[in-house]
Order: sequence, then structure tokens, then C-alpha cells
Amino acid sequence: MSAEDTRVPWPRWDSPTEDWMLPGDCPVTSERTLLLELAARILFPAVLVFSLYLLLVGHYGPGGGFSGGLVAGLAFVLRHIAGGSSEGAEIGARIRVRPPVVVGVGLCVAVVTALVPAAFGAPVLSSTKVSVHVPLLGEFEIVSSLALDVGVYLLIVGVVLDLLRSLGSGIERDALDAESEAAS
Amino acid sequence: MLLALVAAHLVLACALPAVAARSTRAAFGLAAVLPAVTLVWAAAMAPAVLGGAAVEENLAWAPALHLTFDVRLDALALVMIVLVSGVGAVILAYSAFYFGRRSPDASRTSALLLFFAGAMLGLVVADDLLTLYVFWELTSIASFLLVGQSGLHRANRRAAVQALLVTVFGGLSMLLGFVLVGESAGTYRISAIVASPPTGGAVTAGIVLILLGVLTKSAQAPFHPWLPAAMAAPTPVSGYLHAASMVKAGVFLVARLSPAFASSAEWWLPLVVLGLATMLIGGWRALGATDLKRLLAFGTVSQLGFLMVLFAVGGRLAAVAGAALLLAHGLFKATLFLVVGTVDKVTGTREIGALSGLGRAMPGLAAASALAAASMAGIPPLLGFVAKEAAFEAFLLEGGLRGGVVEVGLVAGSVLTVAYSARFLWGAFATKPGVDPVTPAPASPGLTVPLWITSLAGLVLGLVAPVAAVLAEAYGDTLPARTAEEAGYHLALWHGFNLALGLSAVALAGGLLLHTGRDRVAALTRRLHHRVSAQRGYELVVSGLERLAVLVTGRLQVGSLPVYLATVLLMVIALPGIGLVLGWAWPADVPVVHEWIQIPLGIVVVAAALAMVRARRRFTAVLLVGAVGYGIGGLFIVDGAPDLALAQFLVETLALVAFVFVLRRLPAHFTERRRPRRAIQVRKGVLAAIAGITVGVFGIVLSGARTAPATASEEFVRLAPETGATNIISAILVDFRALDTVGEITVLLVAASGTASLVLATRHDRRRRGKVRASGSGTPAHEKEVSG
Repeated sequence: MSAEDTRVPWPRWDSPTEDWMLPGDCPVTSERTLLLELAARILFPAVLVFSLYLLLVGHYGPGGGFSGGLVAGLAFVLRHIAGGSSEGAEIGARIRVRPPVVVGVGLCVAVVTALVPAAFGAPVLSSTKVSVHVPLLGEFEIVSSLALDVGVYLLIVGVVLDLLRSLGSGIERDALDAESEAAS
Repeated sequence: MLLALVAAHLVLACALPAVAARSTRAAFGLAAVLPAVTLVWAAAMAPAVLGGAAVEENLAWAPALHLTFDVRLDALALVMIVLVSGVGAVILAYSAFYFGRRSPDASRTSALLLFFAGAMLGLVVADDLLTLYVFWELTSIASFLLVGQSGLHRANRRAAVQALLVTVFGGLSMLLGFVLVGESAGTYRISAIVASPPTGGAVTAGIVLILLGVLTKSAQAPFHPWLPAAMAAPTPVSGYLHAASMVKAGVFLVARLSPAFASSAEWWLPLVVLGLATMLIGGWRALGATDLKRLLAFGTVSQLGFLMVLFAVGGRLAAVAGAALLLAHGLFKATLFLVVGTVDKVTGTREIGALSGLGRAMPGLAAASALAAASMAGIPPLLGFVAKEAAFEAFLLEGGLRGGVVEVGLVAGSVLTVAYSARFLWGAFATKPGVDPVTPAPASPGLTVPLWITSLAGLVLGLVAPVAAVLAEAYGDTLPARTAEEAGYHLALWHGFNLALGLSAVALAGGLLLHTGRDRVAALTRRLHHRVSAQRGYELVVSGLERLAVLVTGRLQVGSLPVYLATVLLMVIALPGIGLVLGWAWPADVPVVHEWIQIPLGIVVVAAALAMVRARRRFTAVLLVGAVGYGIGGLFIVDGAPDLALAQFLVETLALVAFVFVLRRLPAHFTERRRPRRAIQVRKGVLAAIAGITVGVFGIVLSGARTAPATASEEFVRLAPETGATNIISAILVDFRALDTVGEITVLLVAASGTASLVLATRHDRRRRGKVRASGSGTPAHEKEVSG
């Protein structure tokens, strides 16, 4: 018997050791969609990486800061709909960023990028190429206007987060209200 | 040096609040240094400037637009610098003792006064119409802030707003005038315009517009009520802005431009008529004032009218008299304002009816006031007398109808001036029967020494008239003299027994006579006042504007989304639609379909659009809008625009999400009726169809309207590799048209923060750091109303 005590009790044999669901708690159990939560959990990082790819590839194919930012924003929308927390915009479980700050940082990056050439005597918003040699991978060309695209990317992400914060908040509360109304 | 001085004023003004936090006296003391330095520097430059070598500097700050800061120090600028910097330094020193050590207003006032001094200095030395305009408005703003003070009192706020509205209204029309005159002349340089004045219809219109600015700034009838109202400001501020310097800006501009325009009737006629009227109205109203400061304010209005007449006619002698009177008025009016400040400080009142026996208690103050008031009344041997003699002589020499009318007006105005000068002295210092003598608190030397400086300056300049004469005549000589006698006239204390001296005597006697009957005169002014009032006119105009704004807003902002949308669509159909019909050019080779996949995509789009008209649920409509969007995205792909298609799909998805978020808060159906009203549905459908077809036809017609090859596009294709981009769309977005991109994301920022503010304002439970904080901007009841 004593040997059996060290084993996991049978009702918890198949409980996941990882926290697979998005939010830790979801008070309105009837509104919970496990499938969507799980899908969001898996898709979220992949979509974010894809958005970065779009941002970087913009110079050579369809993409760019605007599209990349929108894709990243849609990733957050997916998480929001799946998780549906009352706070609206949450970047991660631990990182809390206020969306207006993201928007502002985006515009600042874009404007600073625009003004930096002036410090070197070039016209505002002019760009330059830098070739970098990376071992194993070969020659890379980095264009300074990429920074402008990064600004656009951040701004768009911020705008979408702001949209979630302002329009998308309170889904739980609305659900609760609807339930109590239906009950009464 | 001149530009540096102007800039130094503005920079030091920004630093003053930090000094004032430690000691308000040090702040005012420090502020007084810079104008004093300016005065000394100007005095050092004076011999060269009066010799004919004006100091010029310019700084091209936007060469591509031909915008420069041109400054020029000439005789007229020297006269004004004596007022702006000389009187300014005295008043700032006085302010150090006027404002208490713990006065909450001192910090702001010291900084604003110095800022104003800098702006005014820039104004008087400006040699470019646009430079002048910038400084002109800066003084208006400084005046607004100084009159408004902390904004705690209703009287201050109203007076500040009135001063701002009137002067900025004039300033804006003046800007239009400057543009008309500057464009006609081909230059905005004042010295160049004066050297060869432009002519023509545009210039006439420009002159009238400039005069509007002049008349409002210098408080000429019928715009004068803002000046007495501005007396709500602290007394040193009133003494500096609303007597010695700022209100002279209008007069100064007339003096500046008179050499160019004085020969045209549209310049001098309104100025002379309104100037004389102002002189009489101001003098008359001063006789009814019971507040010493208000009395001085009306006196200032009157004197500004006098100055306006002298500078407007554009004769040499009148201009000499004007320049001398400009100096004299600055000195005596500053003195009198400081006297009122001191009286107010030591007795606690400015009311004529409450002051009695102050002359016996403070003989020194009374003596200084008597000197200044005598200068104002034009009694020898003071500077005011010298100037007034020259003014009388100027119009006697001119003769004719204009000379005669002006002479009569000036003498009548002078009678009133003498009367209100006497009323001021009597009101402040006389022992009045039936009123208890006041017992003043001891006045510190800081409250009396500065006013002695300006008071004695008026006496000294009168006794040594040639000093003032050099300055005034250097300006006057820029204007033509009609006769040899006029050309040979020099400012002096004594010209022998002549008609001008006789007129001075008449003015003195008449004024003193009027003063003996003061009670009856004061009663009469009050009785007349209620019937004719420019102040009431101003109030009617402002309240009328407010009512009009409410009316227009009520008509335009009906609060119905369909009405807004219909208005926008109708404008799109009407205005560009007319252009479309007029410039009709259907391109010859428009293939209807060039890929088979376009047919099903087109059918999807059209079907979704048609179905939307019949949709009764909002959610259905949103989904159909999405279908239209995705269909169009598909068409983009077919036409080989993957960038566009990508953006279209993403935006469409996001829009769908946003719609869903909003739909949570809206009723499920468009109308509560079982079937929507047919007529409305048809109307909306027709409007939407016409708008859509118009836009579509536009696209086709415009694509065929190109007359030259697309050079820009070819350039983009050629240059794209240089930017390191093989995707030309990206090269355009972040390189060739990067400024557009920055502008667009800025618009996005504004739109996003606006939307968020609107939505969040209706939320009553705002959270911060996990705690619910009541925001006060919305209540549960309000939210219920908003969310339905």
C-alpha cells in the first residue's frame, strides 16, 4: 500500500500538467469554448511570428508594417475572444501594457526615424542601406526605412489593442447580465 | 544684437517662474534689467540712427518661403523703445514692490510682463509685415493672459475674453490686409513698401483691412470698450500694456505706414473721423468715471484718438507733434497709473467718492501726479505742452476744410482733457467736504521712486525740448512738408505769442470751467451713457454669434446617423458628380472581364450588396458587408495586387470584429417594426446605388483621363532598387511617399484615441491597479442609456 501512495491518485491521472487554457479562471463556465481557447493558445505565438515575418519581408514581397501590425493585432483579437477577460487588452499573463503607450511609441519611432537623417545633413525621411555579413547565412542588406515600418507596426498593434480595450471590454459582464435577465 | 535682445526677453521670461519661486522681488528686478539694457543700447545707437543709418538685421528662418525676421532700428522705433523698454523697466521695478512677497500672481505676471516686453520690442523694430503680425498677436495673447490673471474672477475672465476677441478679430483682418498689400507690392518689407507704395484696388481693400486691425488694437471707437474693461488687470499691467505700450501698437502702425498711404483718402479719412470721435467720446466718458483707474482708461482712449489723427494725416509737423505726444503720453500716463496703484495700495480704494485729504497726507505723491497731469493737460513747461502746441500749429498751417475741422475737434478734445486731468487730481488728492479724510498706510520708496522717474522725465524733456525734438523730427522728416514754414518748425517750449498758444489757453480755461461744474457734467455723462453704448453693441454681437452657433449646430448635428451618411453621400454625388458629367470621357478600351474568375467574384459582391438592402438584422448586414469586402479583396488578387489584397483581407477581418463588439450593445434588428417601412428602404437603396455607381464610374473615367504617360510610376520602378526594396509598393510607402505614411498613421492615432475616449467616457467603473475607481464621467444610468 505504501508504494501505491507515491503514485498519482487515479482521478488525476489524465489531468494536464501544463496550463493549456488561456486564462486561469473563467467565471462564466457556460460561455467557455475549450476548443477555441486551446486553438488560440497554440496559434497565438505562431501568428505573432508570422506577423514579424510580414514586417521584415515587406521590402521584397507582399507585407510590410501595416499588414504585419494588423496580423499581430488579429492574434490579440483571437486571444481576447477566446479568453474574454474583462480588462480587454492583455499582451500576456504577466506583461501589462497600456495600448495608448504602444500607439504613442509607434508614432515616436516613426517620427524619430523621419528626423534622424536630418542630423546627418540628409533630407528628412531619406533612407540608406547597410550591408551586414552574417556568418553561415551570407550577406544581408538592412534598410534604414525598416525602422519606419516598425513604427507603423507598433502603432497598428496599439490601435487594435486600444479597440479591444474600449469596444471589446466587458464581454463577461454582458454575458452575466444576459444570463440574469434570461433567468428573471 | 537687436534680434538677440528680442530673443533674450522671450528666453528669460521662460526662466522667471523659477526665480519667482524663491523671491518675487528678485524676479521682477531681474525682469527690469533686460528692458533697461535695451534702452541703454538703443541710446548708444541713437546718434548713428538719427544720422540716417538705420540698424538692420535679418534672419531667414524659412528661405524657401521667403520668410525672414527683418528688424530695423530707425527714429520711430527709437521713440517706441523709449516707451516699451524705458517705461517697461520702470514699471517692472515698481511691480517688485506692488506685488506682495507671497502674491500667487507675481510669478506668472513677472514672466508674462517680460514676455510682453520682448514681443512689443519685436513689434516696434519689425521691418517685415509678417514678422510684425506675429509679434502683434503675441502681444494680444500676453494681454489676454495678463488681464485674465488666474482666471478666478468673472470680471477678469470677461475682460480678458473681450480684449482678445476684439484685438484678434482686428489682427486677423489685418493679416488679410498685409497679404493683399504685400502681394501687390511684391515684398513684405515695410521699408521697401514705404519707399515705393503699391496702388490699385487690392491695395485699397488691404488698407481698409489693416485699419480694422489698427482701430481695434488702439481701442478706437466703436471698438474702444475693451480697454476700460481691461482695467480688471493689476494696475502696473494696465499702466504698461493698456496705457504706455500695447495700445500704442495701432498708432505705431499708422505712423509706420503713413509715409506710404497718407495721400489716399481711404487711409486718412476713417482714421481722422474715428480718431476725433474717439478723442471726444473718451474725454467725455472720463468726466463721468468715479474709479480713478477707469478715468485714466477713458483718458487713454481719448489720447489714442488724438495720436491717431496726428499720424494719419501724414504731414511733417503733425507727425513731429505725434511723435512728441507719443513720448509725452507714455511718460505721463505711466506716472498716473503708478500713482493710482500706490493710492490703491496705501488707502485700499480707487473711488473718487471715498478719497479725501490724501494730498495733505502725501504731498510728494500729489506733486508727482500734478506734474504728470499738467503734462496731460498741456501746461507749460512740460513735454505735453510742447507736443500739443505743435499739433495745434500743424493744423493751423494746413488750413482748409480738413485742417479747420480737425483743429476744432482737437481744441474740443483738449478742453475735455484739461477737465479730466483736473478731475483726476481733485478726485485723488483734494479734501472733499462730507468725506472723512483717509489715513494712508506708509508707502515704501519702491512705490514712489519709479513714478518720480517718469514724471520728472516729462518735465526735463519739456524744459530741454531740443532733445525730444531730435527724436520726433527725425521721424517727421520722413514725411513731406507742405510749406516752408512747416518744414522749418522745431519743437520748442516758446514760440512767442501766437494763435496756437491762444488755443492752448482756450483749452485750459474751458477745461477748468468744465471742472467747476463737475457734478452736473458727471450726472449728464451718466444719463447719456445708458442710451448709447458701444459695450452693449459688443455684447449684442457676441451673444448673436453664440445664438447663431447654437442654431447652426442644432440644424447640422441632428444626431441621426442615416442623415449624416446621406449628407455625405449627396455631396459626393453632387459635387464631383457634376465634374464627372461635364468632363465626360469614357475610355475606349475597357475590357469588361479579362479573367473568368472575375465573374463569380463579381456575382458574389453584387449579390451580397443587394441582399444587404433587404437585411433586417444588423448582424446579417455586417456579415454581408464582410462578404463584399472579401470579394473585392479577391478581385485585387486577380488583378495582380497582392499587397492591396492582403491589406484588404486584414482590414475586413478587423472591421468585422469591431462590428461584432459594437453589435453587442445595439438592438438585434434595425427597426422594431415587423417589416421596415418600404418608402424609407427604397429611398436609402436608391441613394446607396447612385453613390456606388458614381464612384465606380469615377474609377473607370479617371483611369482613362490620363493624358501623359505615368512618369512618376516609371520613376518609382526605376528608383525602387536604390531604396533596397524589390517590392515597389513598400518602396513607395516607406521611402518615396514616407511623409504621407507618417501623416496617415498620425491620423490613425488621433482617430483611435478619439474613439477610445468616447467609448471609455461612458464607462462608470474605471479600473486602475486592480481597484475600481469612479471616474465621474458616466453613471450606471448613463451607461444604460448609451448601451440601450
